[in-house]
Amino acid sequence: MLRIDKLDVRYGDSKVIQDVTFEVGTQECVALMGRNGMGKTTLLKAIIGMHPSHAGSVRLESVELANLPSYERVRQGLAFVPQGRMIFPLLTVEQNIQAGMENSGGGEIPQYVFDFFPVLHEMRLRKGGNLSGGQQQMLAIARALVSNPKVLILDEPTEGIQPSIIKELARTLNALRKERGFSILVSEQVLSFALEVADRVIVIDRGSFVHEERREQLDEEKVKAFLTV
Amino acid sequence: MSLEIAFMQLFNGVSLFTILLLMALGLAIVFGLMGVINMAHGELMALGAYVTYLTALAFQAVAPGAMEIYLFVAIPMAFGVTFLFGYVLEKGFICWFYNRPLDTLLATWGLSLILQQAYRSIFGAQEVSVPLPTWLTGAWEPVDGIQLPLNRIFIIGLTIVVAVSVYLLLYRTRWGLRMRAVTQNRAMSAAVGIDTKKVDARTFALGSGLAGIAGAVFTMVGSTNPGTGQLYIVDSFIVVVFGGVQSLIGTVMSAFAIAQTQTSLEYLLSGSLAKATILLLVIVVLYFRPNGLFAVKQRS
Ligand SMILES: Nc1ncnc2c1ncn2[C@@H]1O[C@H](COP(=O)(O)OP(=O)(O)OP(=O)(O)O)[C@@H](O)[C@H]1O
Ligand SMILES: [Mg+2]
Repeated sequence: MLRIDKLDVRYGDSKVIQDVTFEVGTQECVALMGRNGMGKTTLLKAIIGMHPSHAGSVRLESVELANLPSYERVRQGLAFVPQGRMIFPLLTVEQNIQAGMENSGGGEIPQYVFDFFPVLHEMRLRKGGNLSGGQQQMLAIARALVSNPKVLILDEPTEGIQPSIIKELARTLNALRKERGFSILVSEQVLSFALEVADRVIVIDRGSFVHEERREQLDEEKVKAFLTV
Repeated sequence: MSLEIAFMQLFNGVSLFTILLLMALGLAIVFGLMGVINMAHGELMALGAYVTYLTALAFQAVAPGAMEIYLFVAIPMAFGVTFLFGYVLEKGFICWFYNRPLDTLLATWGLSLILQQAYRSIFGAQEVSVPLPTWLTGAWEPVDGIQLPLNRIFIIGLTIVVAVSVYLLLYRTRWGLRMRAVTQNRAMSAAVGIDTKKVDARTFALGSGLAGIAGAVFTMVGSTNPGTGQLYIVDSFIVVVFGGVQSLIGTVMSAFAIAQTQTSLEYLLSGSLAKATILLLVIVVLYFRPNGLFAVKQRS
C-alpha cells in the first residue's frame, strides 16, 4: 500500500532520517517507536509532504508522491494527524472537520464521524482552540478521516492524554480501521498503546531503523530497552 | 461648533472612510493570508479608478443615453479587471517571493513605480475625472440645515454591500473556510488537503479586486492621476495595523476611527499636522496593544 524507499531527510546539513525503507500493507497498522528526538516526526512529515525529503521515494499504490505538495498527497489517499494536533484554533469544531473534506468537495459531515466521536457533535459549534487536549485529538482524527484516506498517519496521538482516554483511543482506532478499511502508520513512545493497535512494530534510533517485529513475536524487553535512555 | 456642522463634518469623513475601508479590507486579507505586504495595492486602486474612467468614456462614445447607469457597469468592471490583474500578478510574480518579506516589500514597491509610469504613459500625468450621473448630484436634506450629498450616501451603500459580501464570502462559503484555514495554519491546511496555491492566487485576486472597487469609489469624490494610489496606501496600512489583522470588524472600526479623526483634525489643523497627530495616536495605541485594537484572542 504505502512504500517508503531509501528515504533521506535533512534539516539544513544535519541528516535526521537516513536510508529508511519500509512498507505499510493494506489494512495493516504499523507502529513507529523511538525515543524523543529520534526522528519520528521528521519521517512522518516527509511522508505527508510538510517537510521536503532529500532523497528516496514515497509511493502509495505505486504512485510516486515524494515531490508532490501535501494537498496532492492527501488527494492520493494519505491523511495526517500531527503531533500537537494543530487544530485550526479560530474555526469551530464543525469547520475544522469540514476543512478536511476537500476530497469529497465539502458538504455535510458524514454521520459515522459523530457516531465514533459523540463529543464532537456536542461541541460542534465551539472554537477548536477552546477544546481540551483529548477532544482536540479526536477532532484532529476526525478531520483526517473525512478525506477518506487509504493510509492514516498519526504522530504520537497519546501524547499529553490521560490513561483512560488512551485506552478509548486505541479501541476507536481499531474499530475505525475495521469499519473504514484503511491502513495506519502511527508513531508512539507508549508500548502498551502500540501493542493494542499495531500488527507490527518498527523501532527507529537516530534516524535509522534498528529493530522490527510482528506483534505476536514481539520481545517487549528488547523494545523497551530501545525506548529507555 | 454647532450640532449641524458636527454632523456634516462626520459625513465628510465618510468618503475617506469608505475608500480606506475597501483598501484596508483587501490589504488585511492578503497580509493575513500570505504575510505579503503589497506596496502596489495603491496602484491597484488607481487601476480600478482608470477602468471606471475608461468605462465612462466608452459609454459616452457608444451609448451616451445610458450615462446615468454607467456606474453599474463600471464598478463590476473595476472589480473584475483588478481581480484578473491581481490573479495574474500572483501567479507570475508575487508567488516567487513568499517567505521573503523584505524582498516582497522591495519587489511590490518596484512594481508600484512601474505601474505609476505605465499610467503616466497611457493616461498622461494630468488628472482625469468622470462625470457624476445627475441622480448622484445634489444633496438630501432630512432636516433644515443638514445637507447630505447624494454621492456620499451612494458610496456608503456600496461599501456596506461590499463589506457584507466579503463577510459572507469569508464566513459562509467553502472558499472562505479554506482562506481562514490557510490564514491560521498554512502547512496544516495543505496537510488536510487544501490546495494552498489556489487559495493564495484567488485571495490575492480578491484583495486586488477590492482595491479596484475602492478606485471606482474614489472617482466619485475625486480626480484620478498616476499617483492617486500613493495618497491612500500609507493610511490603509495604518488602518490594517491599527485594527489588527484577522479581524474584519477591527478593520471597519479602525477605518472609521482613522478617517473621522483625519477629517476632523484637518478641519481644525493643517493636513500634514493632522496626519502627524494621527500617526502619533496610532503609535501610542500600538504601544499598549501591539497586535492592534481588535486583535483576536486565542489560546496558544
Ligand atoms: N526544524 C528543525 N530544524 C532543525 N532540526 C530539527 C528541526 N526539527 C527537528 N529537528 C531535529 O531533528 C531530530 C528529530 O526530531 P523529531 O522531531 O523528528 O523527533 P521525534 O522522534 O519526533 O521526537 P519527539 O518524540 O520528541 O516528538 C532532532 O534531533 C531534532 O532536534
Ligand atoms: Mg515527534
